Formats: sequence, C-alpha cells, structure tokens
Amino acid sequence: MLQLIKKFKDLYKYRVLIQTLVNRELKARYRGTVLGFLWSFVNPMLLLIVYTLVFGFIIQPKVEDFSSSPWLYALFLFCGVLPWQVWFAASSLESANVLMTQGNLIKKMLFPTEILPIVVVTSNFIHFLLGVPVLLISVPLLGKAYTPYLLFLPLVMLVQYVFTLGFCFLVSALTVHFRDIKDILANVLTFWFFASPIIYPVTFENVQKHALLRLFMDLNPMTHIMWNYQNCVFYGEMIRWKRLGVTFLLSLVLLFIGYYVFDKLRDSFPEEV
Amino acid sequence: MAAIEIENLTRIYQKYSAQHRFKTFKSAMIKGDFFKSLRSDEKVTALDNVSFKVERGTTFGVIGENGSGKSTLLKVVTGIAKPTSGRVDVKGKVSALIELGAGFHPEITGRENIYINGIMLGLSKKEINDKYEEMVKFAELEEFIDAPVKTYSSGMYMRLGFSIAINVNPDVLLVDEVLAVGDASFVPKCLDRIQDFRRRKKTILFVSHDLSTVEKICDRVAWLKAGQIQTIGEPRRVIDAYLQDVAEKKEGDFEKRQEEAVKEEEYEEGRRENRWGKREVEIKKVKMKGLDGKVKHVFSPQDGMLIEIEVNAYSPIKDFVFGVGIFNYQGVFCYGTNTFLEGFQPDSIKGKGKVVFRIECLNFVNGTYYLDVAVHKRNGYPYDYHRNLYSFLLSSKYKDDGIYRPEHSWEFSPEIKIKFSKGV
Repeated sequence: MLQLIKKFKDLYKYRVLIQTLVNRELKARYRGTVLGFLWSFVNPMLLLIVYTLVFGFIIQPKVEDFSSSPWLYALFLFCGVLPWQVWFAASSLESANVLMTQGNLIKKMLFPTEILPIVVVTSNFIHFLLGVPVLLISVPLLGKAYTPYLLFLPLVMLVQYVFTLGFCFLVSALTVHFRDIKDILANVLTFWFFASPIIYPVTFENVQKHALLRLFMDLNPMTHIMWNYQNCVFYGEMIRWKRLGVTFLLSLVLLFIGYYVFDKLRDSFPEEV
Repeated sequence: MAAIEIENLTRIYQKYSAQHRFKTFKSAMIKGDFFKSLRSDEKVTALDNVSFKVERGTTFGVIGENGSGKSTLLKVVTGIAKPTSGRVDVKGKVSALIELGAGFHPEITGRENIYINGIMLGLSKKEINDKYEEMVKFAELEEFIDAPVKTYSSGMYMRLGFSIAINVNPDVLLVDEVLAVGDASFVPKCLDRIQDFRRRKKTILFVSHDLSTVEKICDRVAWLKAGQIQTIGEPRRVIDAYLQDVAEKKEGDFEKRQEEAVKEEEYEEGRRENRWGKREVEIKKVKMKGLDGKVKHVFSPQDGMLIEIEVNAYSPIKDFVFGVGIFNYQGVFCYGTNTFLEGFQPDSIKGKGKVVFRIECLNFVNGTYYLDVAVHKRNGYPYDYHRNLYSFLLSSKYKDDGIYRPEHSWEFSPEIKIKFSKGV
C-alpha cells in the first residue's frame, strides 16, 4: 500500500512528459482543420444553440425549476452535459483504447504506461475547460445571474478529475484483457447518463417520490458531481459539502483501486496490446 | 567493471490460448473466474537461463536466428519486459534503438516530434534545444522538419528516430536490427556514430543479422539459439560456429527439397518440361558429393564437387556424349562442357554405368546454382536431357560479386597503409 502511494508520487517526476503529451494531443486533434483550436469553443456553442432552439421553442418543459423562462432548461441541460459529454464520457471511451493505440510506446520503449490514462483525462479536461467560457457567457444570456458560488466550480472539477482518473485507470487496464469492455462501456455510459441528474434535476418530484429511486440516485457518485455543478452555475446555491466530500473520498478510493489494478496488470501490457 | 550483468535470466512468455482470446468480460463475470482468466495457460520460453557480463566500454554482439530470443533479451535489458526469473543489472543511462520513431505522432511536425520524443527518452527541454540543430542535420531533414511526420518516407522517419535516440547520449546503448531500412549513405553514418560511441568508451549491446558488421564492431559475441546461449567469445569464432550451424540446417532443407523434387518427378510422368529425350540411354540418378564422397548440397567456393551420374542403356548404343552445365539463379549459363568437346570418342555403352564429373574447386560466388545433365548423340539428338533439375547452394563468407571467383590475392606496396580486418 505504501509502495503504491510512493509509485503514485513518482508520477510527479513525469510531469514534463505528461505536459508534453497533453500538448501533443491538443495540437494533433485539430491539426489540419480550418478553425483549429476554435473548434473547442464552436462545438459546445453549437450544442447550446441546439438545446436552446429545441427546448426554448419546441418542447418547453413544464417543471417548476424552469417555468420562469423558456430558455432556462437549455442552460440547465448544458450545465450537466458539458462536464459529462466533453470530459467524462470522452475520457472513458478514449482510455478504453489508449493502451492499444499507443501500443508502440509500451512495446518498443521504456515508457511509464500509467501516464497514458492521465494524459487522456487531462487533455479532455482542457477541452472541457475551453467549453466553460461558453457556459459562463450563456448564464446571463439565458436568464440567470452570476453568483459568488461560481467560485466553487474548480472544487467540483477537482472531484470529477479524481473520479474520472480512477475510472479511466480501471477501464484502460481491463480493456487490454477484455476487449469487450469498449462496447459494454458505450452502453453503460448511456445508461449512466440518464441515471444521473443531467437532463432532470435531483429535486424532480418523480425522483423524490420513490425512496428506492432516491437511494439509487444517492449511491451514484455522478449525482453529486452534477448536482454541484448545477448548484454553482444554475441555481446559484451553496455547494452540498457533505455530498461532495463523501464523493471526493469515494473518488480517492476508486483512484486507488484503479491504480492498483493497473499496476497489477502492467507487466502483461507489452505482450497483450 | 561490468556495465550490464545478467545472471540466470529466464523469460517465459505467457501465451494465451485461442480459447482465452475469445473469452469475454461477460463470460468471465458469469463464470466467476475473473482473475483466473487473467492468468495464462500456455508458456513459451524465450530466454532460458542466460548469463553474461558486458564490461564497461566494450561492444557486445548478439547473433542468432529469428525467434532465438535476441529481441526479448534487449527488451529485458531495457526494462520493457520483466525477467521471469534471474537478475539483470544495468549501470548508467540506457538508450535503446529498438524501434526508431516508436513514439512519433503522425499528425504533428518533425520539429514537435523531436521535442516530444526527446522528452520521452529522458532528455530535458534545454538539452533538446542544445542538440536540436545537430539532430536535424544528422537526419538530413532540414527541408522537411516543419512538415507533419505522416508525410515522411520510411527512410526519413527512421533517420529522424535514429538521430534523436543517438543524441540522448547514454552510457549504455542497445541496438536492435534498426539499420536495415537505411540507405547506402545513411547506414555508414549510423555505424560511424556507433563507432564514435565505442571510442568514447561507452557500452554497446548490438543485436544484428548483419554478421560482417557484428564482426567488425563487436569485442565479444554471444550466439543465442532457442533462448539459450550457445557460445560466447571472440567474434570470429562465434560467428563461424553460428554459420556452421546455419549451413547444416540449410543442408537439411536442401536435401528435403531435392527429395520432394524427385518425388514430384515420378508423380507427374506426363509433364516433361525439364526433361526430354526418348531415353535410349536413361539417366537414372544424379548425386552431388563433396570430394570426400559424401552427398552434399551446400558448398563453399573452395570446395570441390563430384557429380555422379548413373545411366542405363537399354540397348547397345554407339554414339553418345555426356554433358554437364551449370546455371546461376538468374539463368546465366556459367559453365558447360561435354565429353565430346573434351576429346572423348564414344565406343559403346550397354546396361548400367556410372559417370563421375569431378570439379577440383568450384570458384563461384554466393548463390543457388542449377545443374543440367544430359546424354545425347554427337549431333545433338537427346537421349535424356535433364534441364535445371538439380541445384546446389554456394555459401561464401565473402560478398564478392559476379559469376566466377578466380583464385586471387592482394598485394600492396609498403606506402599504402591498409589493414586486414577479420571482418568483411
């Protein structure tokens, strides 16, 4: 256990390498496109425009939280979809492949394999960060005011970072041996997306009505992460400290388990990828 | 002091069976043998109890056939693969030329890849800045350095990879068969660099199939066969032992092929593209032998050869000529003669007989040769003509070219300084 923590600490000395590789990922992603880096802004912006059109004009959900303005639901939705889609889901799917696509590094060089999932999570985190200004700009445009609680946003991101990293360690290591995980994962993510309060608020009465459903929601770490994003940006309320704190501890445990499994299977990577 | 110390190193690869390959996450979960299925069932021993030491400042070569464990050895020394048992101790900074440009990203430019690859190999940004110009110049890529690596030819790719790796300036350099794709001007440059390393008293572990290079640059050589060290020692001796072994194997292959060819002959009685004539005199059997009378198919240029032709005349024949021709793999007629041309006057032949054509010294260059054997009339009418039905291999340690290798030697006047290096 102590050894594992020490190994994890060693990662610090690879920071330049991690930084370089993240840089490479970001550079390579939009290389050859006309808009280049602007795509990181344009993509979330287009998404938000679609939401606004669909939910502002066509559907107009009649839920208490969003009843004051037709634009509110689009903003609410965007609060959850941005960190989920751009960061969490993208990282998970990418990390399921990363050891295989970077197989050359593992097989032909002495390379600290564990930095590959870190690079995946970090580069997607930066993409998410580039989308955050779009979210922030849309807050007043769609009828909400800025609140000081926005300052807690980085805290929620930290929790999500740890959680995503732990999950990605687990996924990337296991996929080497079970290639099916890639396909299972895509479905699990869809299910998980709807099981988390992203397209509906936790306080939705149909959710709160059933004790079992409530319990289920509470057990899902993503519930608390998403809820707290919405608190900071949409509701303008204080973070639920207890929920976020427990989720953070849980994320640390997941990170520990993920790294442990990764470390156990590490020696088999050069032969199996 | 030893720079690389390997003691009783064994590396067993776990070969996952086909059944395991198709086993899925789902089935592992259902059966509940999740962790068991991560273990493997079949094993392949790539390195078997290998021990050797490489002294600091020396160049150590490893030779062996494909699949003998050379690359695994390098990977274990690099640290990419872990030893199953035994001990590997490497002192100093290691750089491995296992696959050049392994970490290149195709979408970004050569310049960016130099930085990224350099950092992967353990250089700092400052060190790369200092060496950048030299790396580009060495790789001869000044014009293309700002183009994406995906547009590079494989030669350019390899040059850039080599240039970065060699500039890491390690204490121990591991080289695996990477020079194979370089062109005629780049390979000597690489070898120069490796020689430069030797002069600076750095340690090199060199794996190659290019035996002449191994002999030229290595101080000691180990021959690996099926994961075990066969011999370690002075390069010439080890390489000779290895070549001997390869020749024996070739001999075996050749014999088998020869037998198959004969079988095919009997099988397809109708097809006679390579054999014609009414067989009034039939060639029953042709054997190639060394001068010692043993059947042989692999010869060296200094060897002699006996071609034994067993014939059978079904009725008495008065007009007959025996002929032999040798062709190389390109179909070039290298030599031909017959008894008539050399002044033998036929008198008569009846029943079985044997003709032996004796070559004192083959004097050909490397390659496969095909044999024509014939019995015909003086006017050319064939009784039995075998076209290219028999073959033998000439395996020379020299890479001289042409068709014929006359006995020769070199002499130099004293003002010409030239040295006979044991390698070629």
